[in-house]
Amino acid sequence: MYARVDATPSLAPPPARNLHRFANPGRFLRLSGRVLPVLALAGLILSVTGIAWGLFWASADWQQGDAVRIMYVHVPFAWLASSGYVGLAVCSVLSLVWRHPLADLAAAEISPVGAGCAALCLATGSLWGKPMWGAWWVWDARLTSMLVLFFLYLGHVALVRAFDDPQRGYRAGAILALVGVVDLPIIKFSVDWWNTLHQPSTITLTGAPTMYIGMLWPLALCALGFTFGFAAVVTARLRAAVMERRIRALLLARAQEAAA
Amino acid sequence: MTHLTYIIAAYGLTALVSTGFALDAWARMGRARRRLAAIDPRANSRASR
Repeated sequence: MYARVDATPSLAPPPARNLHRFANPGRFLRLSGRVLPVLALAGLILSVTGIAWGLFWASADWQQGDAVRIMYVHVPFAWLASSGYVGLAVCSVLSLVWRHPLADLAAAEISPVGAGCAALCLATGSLWGKPMWGAWWVWDARLTSMLVLFFLYLGHVALVRAFDDPQRGYRAGAILALVGVVDLPIIKFSVDWWNTLHQPSTITLTGAPTMYIGMLWPLALCALGFTFGFAAVVTARLRAAVMERRIRALLLARAQEAAA
Repeated sequence: MTHLTYIIAAYGLTALVSTGFALDAWARMGRARRRLAAIDPRANSRASR
C-alpha cells in the first residue's frame, strides 16, 4: 500500500494555502449567502428566548432585586466586545502576515460592531451600577479597561478611514489592533489584580459557575444568541464590503478604458 | 418589578442599537447588490446565490 503523493505540491505554507481557499470573493459570497440566514435566524430565536426567560421567568436576586435582569444583556455584550476584539486581532494577523485579501475588509467591518458592543456594555453597566452602587460611573479597573477597549475600537474605525490609500489604512489599523490586544487580559483579570467595585467573575473556564442555574441558562442563551447576531451582522457587512470593492474595481476599469 | 426604569432603559437601548446595526447591514447589502447588478449583471447572480 502506497500513500498518494501530490505531484505538484504548492509552495505556499499550509496555513496560508488553507486560508486562501476562502479568499476568493466569489466563493466567499456564495458561502456567506448560505450561512447568513442561518446565523440571523439562530441569533434571533436564541436572543428572544433568552431575553424573555431572563425578563419574565428567571428569579430576581435576593440582594439586587430585579436590577439583576440587566445582566442578561450586559454580560453578553462584555463577552462580545472582548471576543470581537480577538476576531479583529486575528484578522489583523492574517492581513499583516499572509496578506489575506478578505482579512482587511473583515477587520474594518468588525470594529464598528465591536465598538457598538463595548458601548452597550458600558451603557447597560452604567444603568445597572446606578441603582446598585449609587453612581453611574466609577474609575474602577474593570470599567476603565473596558472604556479603553471602546476607544481602541473607535481608533481602529478612524485609522482605517484616515488614509487616501486604503491599504495604508488597513495596515495602520492592523498594527493598532495588535497593540491593543494587551487590554484584553487586563479586562479579564482586572477584578483579580485590583480591589474593584465591580464583582469578580462568576463564570470561569476552569471552575464551576457560582451563579444560580436558573439564571445561568437564560444568560447562556442570550450569550449564544447575541454571538450569532454579531456574526450575522459582521457577515452581512462583509458581503456588502466585498460587493462595494467589486463595484469600485469595475468603475475604475471602465474609467481607464474610456481614458485610453 | 423593582428598578423598572433602569431595566427598560437597558433593554430599550439594546434593542435600538442592535436593530440599527442589523437594518444598516441589511440595507447596505441590498444597495450594494442592486448597484453591482446595474454595473455587472453577471455578478448579481453570483452575489445572490
